[in-house]
Amino acid sequence: MPAAVDGPPGAGGSAAAGGGGGDRGAEPVRRAVEAVWRIESARIVSTLARYTGDFALAEDVAQEAIAEALASWPRAGIPASPAGWLLTAARRRAVDSFRRRSALDERYALLAGPLVEGEAISGAPAPRNRPEDDLPWDPDRVDDDVLALMFMACHQVLAPEARVALTLRAVGGLSSEEIARAFLVPVPTVQARITRAKKTIAAAKVPFELPPAEERRTRLGGVLSVLYVIFTEGSTATSGDSLLRPDLAHEAIRLARMLAALLPDEPEVHGLLALCELTAARFPARTGPDGEAVLLADQDRRRWDRSAIRRGLAALGRATAAGRGLGPYGLQAAIAGCHSTAPSTAETDWERIVLLYEALGRVAPSPVVELNRAVAVAMANGPQAALAIVDELVATDRLAGSHLLPSVRGELLARLGRTEQARAELELAARQCRNLRERAVLLRKAAALPPA
Amino acid sequence: MAKYMMIMRSTDEDLAKMADISFDEMLAIVGRFNEELIQAGVLVAAEGLDDPAQGVVVDFSGETPVVTDGPYGETKELFGGFYIIEVASKEEAVEWARRMPSLGGGKCEIRRVPSVDEFPQDNEWIARERAWRERTGQL
Repeated sequence: MPAAVDGPPGAGGSAAAGGGGGDRGAEPVRRAVEAVWRIESARIVSTLARYTGDFALAEDVAQEAIAEALASWPRAGIPASPAGWLLTAARRRAVDSFRRRSALDERYALLAGPLVEGEAISGAPAPRNRPEDDLPWDPDRVDDDVLALMFMACHQVLAPEARVALTLRAVGGLSSEEIARAFLVPVPTVQARITRAKKTIAAAKVPFELPPAEERRTRLGGVLSVLYVIFTEGSTATSGDSLLRPDLAHEAIRLARMLAALLPDEPEVHGLLALCELTAARFPARTGPDGEAVLLADQDRRRWDRSAIRRGLAALGRATAAGRGLGPYGLQAAIAGCHSTAPSTAETDWERIVLLYEALGRVAPSPVVELNRAVAVAMANGPQAALAIVDELVATDRLAGSHLLPSVRGELLARLGRTEQARAELELAARQCRNLRERAVLLRKAAALPPA
Repeated sequence: MAKYMMIMRSTDEDLAKMADISFDEMLAIVGRFNEELIQAGVLVAAEGLDDPAQGVVVDFSGETPVVTDGPYGETKELFGGFYIIEVASKEEAVEWARRMPSLGGGKCEIRRVPSVDEFPQDNEWIARERAWRERTGQL
């Protein structure tokens, strides 16, 4: 395995050759450990979870191995196989822990086996012949293990925030600090969520395995919804002063791509990936120079990321090709797809979007879908027809407290010339909106209405 | 997230060593690495180049460009192909490069690929480039 030397060829010394090399600063090593962890956490934690049969222990020893790497790599250099090093260090700690718990149970013997058989404490497994033998995990099992890890982190016994935190940390390889930063919560909050989540999993005796066939579909829905929550938090921050957190949204896309590679025959996985790609394609146009929100109708469509649109439409194609009809994510992706291929709002196929929202309302009925259908109806058939749908939502009180309902109602009333009512609705929407950028847009709209 | 190019560079000796590996084996070795990049959701693009002996060099060091056939006797290292990956940090790009299969030796250079957004948007030529990127989906 090659060793990393910083700087252009010829400028670097020979210090780091062979992976050894003198003192490295703590900061570059921290960044290197972070990088390895982003790539390897899912495989390391899932391999450990299968070995130990104890997810909480696996996560603990994995974190301890990272701490050990941060202490040891600055002196010893980055090992030739960082993943092998981390897995070995974590396994050694798991063995210690089992040893403490009971002297000689079966699992201990199983764990200790490979270590005793000569796996070096500080290095990768000894080199063998076939390339896959260099891997510290079993290539035939690791995909199932990573999948089992995703199902575990998104298990329904966990609170929704815990699922998000655990998925980002164990599967995505983010640190508690990174997760805290992404969700604008204190670091101890994230740590407490993860600790509680591990206790919950242990208490509920959730086995580390792929869900049985009859639970598979429901459990997959759980995984998809966690990824979607992460994505939406990145694409429409529910709080704070910035509208987008693109890095968080990209984490969700990365995880969705991983899942799509692991489950290529599940149309909704491709549907979710398509939805995320197509939504993220609009990020460059969604904020103005001062970070303010730019609405779909006003976006400079030339700024949309065409590569992301192409990837999204390809994923949507895979979801459609399964021939089992589109699910909720696939349908939302299809709607996003209509926008992404339209040259302008006026030239958008709103009739098709109305049909897609109707289909979405059938498979996943929700007041938000109803509201979006109203917006599409307004574009296809005018504001009066749309207002009827919105008033129905108001009457049934199904979106009480959300800023979305009064903001749409305000728009429709404004288009119908009912200015005073429109102003009141937009101001109500602004009061109920928690994102400062969105609130500013609502207030600007209210102020722009003609005087009564 | 940022894009990085991983550029493969080999000497003639490296390439000669590579010739000892069967084509099927090479496809399998490279394919496994590509698969890992795809599974991790980081691969954006990748291309490999044909035999350098089939290449041509245009030399601008004189008054007028001089065209010579490959192989390029004057260069020690030959550019063999590239990957573009989208990752969170330079360190992550380095970590991926470390995993690249080294077929007979060689080097991998890692360079950040700046986005067109980093150039002055009011420049006419940048605007034209941007338009081409938008048309062809290469933003």
